[in-house]
Amino acid sequence: MSVLSLVITALFYISFIIFVIGMTKKILQYWATPAPLKIPVAPTPLTRTGVVLRIIREVTLFESLFKSSKWTWIFGWLFHFGLFLVLIRHIRYFWPGEVPEIFLLVQPFKYGAFAMLIGLLGLMGRRIFVDRVRYISAPSDYIMLALLLIIGVSGAVMTFTSNHTDVVMVKEFASGLITFNWSELPTELQLLVHLLLVIILIAIFPISKLLHVPGVFFSPTRNQVDDARKKRHISSWALDQEKNNEVRLDQIMGEDE
Amino acid sequence: MAKDFEIPPLPKYIEIPSINEGAMKGEGPFKSSEEFQIPLGFPGEKVENWQDVAISKMGELKSKYRSVQVFLDVCVKCGACTDKCHYFLGSSDPKNMPVARQDLFRSVYRRHFTFAGKYFPKLVGAKDLDESMLDDWYNYFHQCSQCRRCSVFCPYGIDTAEISMAAREVLDAVGVGQKYCNQILGKAVTVGNNLGLPEPALRDTLIDLEEEIEEETGVAVKYPLDVKGSEILLITPSADFFAEPHIDGLIGYGKVFHQDGVSWTLSSYASEGANFGMFIGSYDVMRKAALRIRKAALDLEVSRVIVGECGHAWRVAYSFWNTLSGVGAGGSDEYSLKLQNQLDSRYPQPQHIIEYTYDLIKRDKLKFDKSENDDRTVTFHDSCNVARATNMGGIPNGQFILPREVIKAVCNNYIDMERETIKESTFCCGGGGGLLTDDLMEIRIKGAMPRMQALKEVEKTDGVDTLAAICAICKSQFSKVLPKFDFDPYMIVSVHQLVSDAIVLDKSHTIESGVEENIEEATQ
Ligand code: HEM
Ligand code: HEM
Ligand code: SF4
Ligand code: SF4
Repeated sequence: MSVLSLVITALFYISFIIFVIGMTKKILQYWATPAPLKIPVAPTPLTRTGVVLRIIREVTLFESLFKSSKWTWIFGWLFHFGLFLVLIRHIRYFWPGEVPEIFLLVQPFKYGAFAMLIGLLGLMGRRIFVDRVRYISAPSDYIMLALLLIIGVSGAVMTFTSNHTDVVMVKEFASGLITFNWSELPTELQLLVHLLLVIILIAIFPISKLLHVPGVFFSPTRNQVDDARKKRHISSWALDQEKNNEVRLDQIMGEDE
Repeated sequence: MAKDFEIPPLPKYIEIPSINEGAMKGEGPFKSSEEFQIPLGFPGEKVENWQDVAISKMGELKSKYRSVQVFLDVCVKCGACTDKCHYFLGSSDPKNMPVARQDLFRSVYRRHFTFAGKYFPKLVGAKDLDESMLDDWYNYFHQCSQCRRCSVFCPYGIDTAEISMAAREVLDAVGVGQKYCNQILGKAVTVGNNLGLPEPALRDTLIDLEEEIEEETGVAVKYPLDVKGSEILLITPSADFFAEPHIDGLIGYGKVFHQDGVSWTLSSYASEGANFGMFIGSYDVMRKAALRIRKAALDLEVSRVIVGECGHAWRVAYSFWNTLSGVGAGGSDEYSLKLQNQLDSRYPQPQHIIEYTYDLIKRDKLKFDKSENDDRTVTFHDSCNVARATNMGGIPNGQFILPREVIKAVCNNYIDMERETIKESTFCCGGGGGLLTDDLMEIRIKGAMPRMQALKEVEKTDGVDTLAAICAICKSQFSKVLPKFDFDPYMIVSVHQLVSDAIVLDKSHTIESGVEENIEEATQ
């Protein structure tokens, strides 16, 4: 194997390990941190089913964003939906051997890449031209969009222009990562750029705003059932405090405690 | 302190202003002093090593509140919330955009608690907690009424109120408290109400009120105090006892109880529904205040707890009481069962006075002469805490439906304001969240602009001349700001004032004390 292929292989593993450890730590942290009070925000579901539906709508339709800003919603949704199609299309590289039928069905949706790119350009435009959004943007916010744009463009260059790469080789390489059967990688510049930036993206996932992906499921204003009067909701630390009588209103505290 | 400022104009449509940096920069509200800090367990003055204390407090809070931890991490800076805050719309200061307000806190979080912020602070906008940052915290976290409008519109439900509460708690921990809230809390947890009104004064006030009503209506409507064995304990904001227009609401509650023929009582020990512990973000202080109500309910042996017209009080009661003090149902631990076994499980506990009146209306227990309110065209202001943080009636969106149904049952002319400014999208009155103090008048007036704008439109198109609300803070705030926008300050009324004006009183006496009379009544 060439040095280049070895380096990229190593980097993939490193970034993947960072991703898994980082995300696990974050998800465990969110899981372990109690939500001591009931704080769902209207329109609140009164049942667990209602909550599940609410989260499904947030994740698939970006319901709240739709209410607040139509332009952001259009661009944001195009980007994410495009990304979703693109990622499904990518499964074929990692699947060792024959790809199941179902994934072949989405292969024609290669134009998802354009949805993704248009969305990203729109979001970038908004960030640059709307004074309010510019005010709240840090360099990392632009860089994140640029990163995704370059990944998308380099990918699209391979898919839609004559600068193809040897996808059979890529498949061998990528599925080899999973089966520990490492192999050579084609060396077109556009592919190397694509892969290097993807490696970076995976590595920064747990330390950046990409934490919105697990976070959206943990948001207490969205995932709580509005049933505070019917069920006693109490966190572990508050219960301990109650048991230990830590909160005392000195002399005037009710004797019932 | 009082600087001159312009009253914002009321355009036909709300325009999103261009940002105007530093427009609301300032020293913030009056700071608390030792006298008010110590009783709440906060340092009397800014502590020596305040930076360390603040950072460790931040660490503690984010480990105790999932909301804080998740919200600090997940914001993608999409900007969807930037035009949703009434304080930004009214002041154009970019630090009043919800995400920018959070960023005051988040940038410090990033600097101290995240990899990227520790090693690449410039890249991710991480900042140190220095004097000027602390000043910004104090100033801008007291320009947030914790109304949660931003949270409705954020794709992850990020609730700036949670961040404001956390920031205020950190400020208290380093000894930089707000005078208004902490002074009031001192009274609430020692005397029992925010005004510091002792039992004899309260009793006198209620006797005066009884005389006034009897004179006016010829019916002896009673306001029982500390009557053991009553069925209902009413917990209402203390403003209802003396402030205008609040007191007319209290008159309304009394008349409804009277007509229902139920025994009820107020408590002098827990004579406050408001709970400013929520505003300063302190679970412990909030719990202290809530425990007085638990004790009163146990001591007075009531079987129902009903809450008067107060926005954040209803949030604390509806959403937090069961957690804090066991006023509710469904508890399984000894502590909550002690009270929950005493409460009547056929009713929701606690219940809102609107739910109570609505229920009587549905069961045809009350008679109204709606023409008494024919001189009015009414609109309803959804108070933010009721609208976004509670429910009524146990039906979806009941908190929007029930108050409107009660108003429509007693008034012939009712009009809603523009949909984008009511219900879950309601604009705050501008005075909530511990901002109802004269030293914050500028932000209060500017923040009232979006609500005033919507009101102006229905005034023009439908001749609306009455603004009804179910929140003590809204009522006080509107009384102050309405005239600044060329409205009649007396157009703000309690919903139960409308009830009071239309209700037909045909029962001769109020059931005053407990069980015996109840049985008597039942057997008649
Ligand atoms: C459960 C899956 C996901 C959900 C529900 C979700 C939701 C959202 C929403 C609602 C926004 C705000 C609106 C917008 O700017 O588009 C957003 C922004 C963003 N998302 Fe996601 N997302 C998901 C997965 C991902 C993934 C896998 C990536 C990246 C690889 C990603 C990258 C981004 C970026 C970079 C932004 C910021 C866009 C900007 O700068 O304006 N998201 N996401
Ligand atoms: C390890 C991971 C990845 C590998 C090995 C990889 C490889 C490739 C290859 C070989 C192509 C060209 C396909 C062709 O010529 O038909 C491509 C296209 C593309 N890639 Fe990737 N890619 C990876 C991850 C990603 C990620 C994470 C994104 C998005 C954030 C992305 C976005 C795209 C896009 C938009 C295209 C063009 C449209 C398409 O073919 O669907 N890729 N990728
Ligand atoms: S809407 Fe939510 S995610 Fe978007 S900028 Fe505001 S707080 Fe951040
Ligand atoms: S909670 Fe209300 S006042 Fe505070 S930032 Fe959000 S919209 Fe503004």
